Amino acid sequence: MNIFRTIKIALKALGRNKMRSFLTALGIIIGVGAVIAMVSIGQGAKAEVEKRFSEMGTNLLFVRPGSRSYRGRHGGSSSYENLTEADAEAILENCDAVNYISPNVNSRAQIIYRNKNWNTSIYGTGHDYPIIRNWEVEEGEFFSEQHVKSARKVCILGSEVNQNLFEGANPLGQIIRMNKIPFRVIGTMESKGESGGWFNRDDVIFIPYTTAQMRLLGIDHIQSVDVSAISMDRSAEAMAQIEEVLRIRHKIAPGAEDDFNVRNMSDIAEGASEATGILTILLGGIASISLLVGGIGIMNIMLVSVTERIREIGIRMSMGAREKDILYQFLTEAIVLSALGGLLGIILGVGSSQLISHFSDMTTMVSFESIALAFIFAASVGIFFGFYPARKASKLDPIDALRYE
Amino acid sequence: MNSNNVLIKMEDLTKTYQVGETQVRALRGISYEIRKGDLLAIMGPSGSGKSTLMNIIGCLDKPTNGRYFLDGKEVSTYNKNQLAGIRNSKIGFVFQTFNLLARTTALENTELPLLYSNTPTREAKKLAMKALAQVGLEGRELHKSNQMSGGERQRVAIARALVNSPSLILADEPTGNLDTKTGNEIMDVFKRLNQKNGITVILVTHDPEVSAIAEKKMHIRDGLIESLE
Repeated sequence: MNIFRTIKIALKALGRNKMRSFLTALGIIIGVGAVIAMVSIGQGAKAEVEKRFSEMGTNLLFVRPGSRSYRGRHGGSSSYENLTEADAEAILENCDAVNYISPNVNSRAQIIYRNKNWNTSIYGTGHDYPIIRNWEVEEGEFFSEQHVKSARKVCILGSEVNQNLFEGANPLGQIIRMNKIPFRVIGTMESKGESGGWFNRDDVIFIPYTTAQMRLLGIDHIQSVDVSAISMDRSAEAMAQIEEVLRIRHKIAPGAEDDFNVRNMSDIAEGASEATGILTILLGGIASISLLVGGIGIMNIMLVSVTERIREIGIRMSMGAREKDILYQFLTEAIVLSALGGLLGIILGVGSSQLISHFSDMTTMVSFESIALAFIFAASVGIFFGFYPARKASKLDPIDALRYE
Repeated sequence: MNSNNVLIKMEDLTKTYQVGETQVRALRGISYEIRKGDLLAIMGPSGSGKSTLMNIIGCLDKPTNGRYFLDGKEVSTYNKNQLAGIRNSKIGFVFQTFNLLARTTALENTELPLLYSNTPTREAKKLAMKALAQVGLEGRELHKSNQMSGGERQRVAIARALVNSPSLILADEPTGNLDTKTGNEIMDVFKRLNQKNGITVILVTHDPEVSAIAEKKMHIRDGLIESLE
């Protein structure tokens, strides 16, 4: 029998019991809708995380000192104080996959401006820090190489600090005191926004790392190096080059452990997006249970329908319908029901994911894959749960079916 | 007898049902020949085996033993799917309770056998219109089965039986649910189809008035042919 005719017959049969067909399809509609909406939340979270990381620069690498162990006693990570300015410069000079570096020395300090004060993070960095971190200066300028070399007492304010100390007044050229040492404000950074939790990326002041070493901490090593690889593709290469350079500089014998750590931003980003990927699978998995329940609803109604229409099956068989004609007829009804439910479910899912992102902070992202997957899943549910009732119908004996009251 | 004229040949047909532990011998050896163009009535009280015989003649069932030839083919050896094909192309059924599809138009009911013979839609519609005209239902093609009277429904059923140009129309108590007048009209339709169009008709009935129009009568009792007229 022609497939279009079969579908037409199925639609007619479903049309005779509109309310029942709709309620049966509702299970699939809600199931598909839930899968699409839930997966859109998961994928939205994933996209958000990926966006955050790419804002920081995916070609970013971090170099930190390793864990020091002295006579069996292990310090924590970064317990070595063996990373120096010269190491950082050697990385820039000798690794051709490296573009920019920024030696870092971090601290906290109490900041005073006139009658206001604020406790904040002090980032001592190199002059290329804004390029490496993909972070723009809003007003004024970042300190220059010259500022770094001569350890000048200049600073750039994060937007949160700027707001707290100056409350909208122009901070450029003003003098603030950091642990009683005067610093001239030469710029402000654009706002990056909170990154979640209590940590605010804008609650920070940048000064040259040399100044931080001398004036704030009194040290001559550096705490870490931010490195920017030429491209994301070359960040693994950059990582290997950095390791080679530092092993030579730190005179580490072949086979011995590194006394430093190099981490790759794209690895970290991958880990984070993997975590949100698991979230997506989890949400989608829970939602697909409702799709499964919807499928059982279809099976239930199809079984009822077969019993109700035993006589019709008998008539059709006496007119020459073969087993497979009856099988296809009922199977098609189940598939049409679940496919229509799937289509309506797509509308419901896309609509509710729009509503979620509109009325809450959550980012949602509906992908073509999730729609296709949910629809194919719904149709397979129809085939799977429709098969048993259809087979039952096709195996009826025509004489019994004709006699059935 | 010219064997080319034989439509149905039954050779010692038996049918045994297993009901629980007892065996019910519904048919105990029926041999008979039906020729093309015959109008035969199969008569017998209930429990005589006439329904079983009708099911075998109609290829809905197979005999336990014996051979059954339809149009020269031994259909008693056919499997379920082949029997469905034979029902579709060679046999038209008319039932006591009409057995039309509910809430479906006369036209669609009539087209039903053509659906299973893969007749193209347009052709099917033409054939169904023609069959409905043959039973006097022109202009009622789009009436739904539940909007029609018993007589009209039975006419639709006859049109449906006719539409595939079968070798044989098999009618099971076709007037059982109709009043006498309508019943007579339906019988006239059968008579006309037999005489004018040369279609072989087998009526299964216990009503002597119905069998009166038949030129041959077969009485069945206890699974055997009791007498032939």
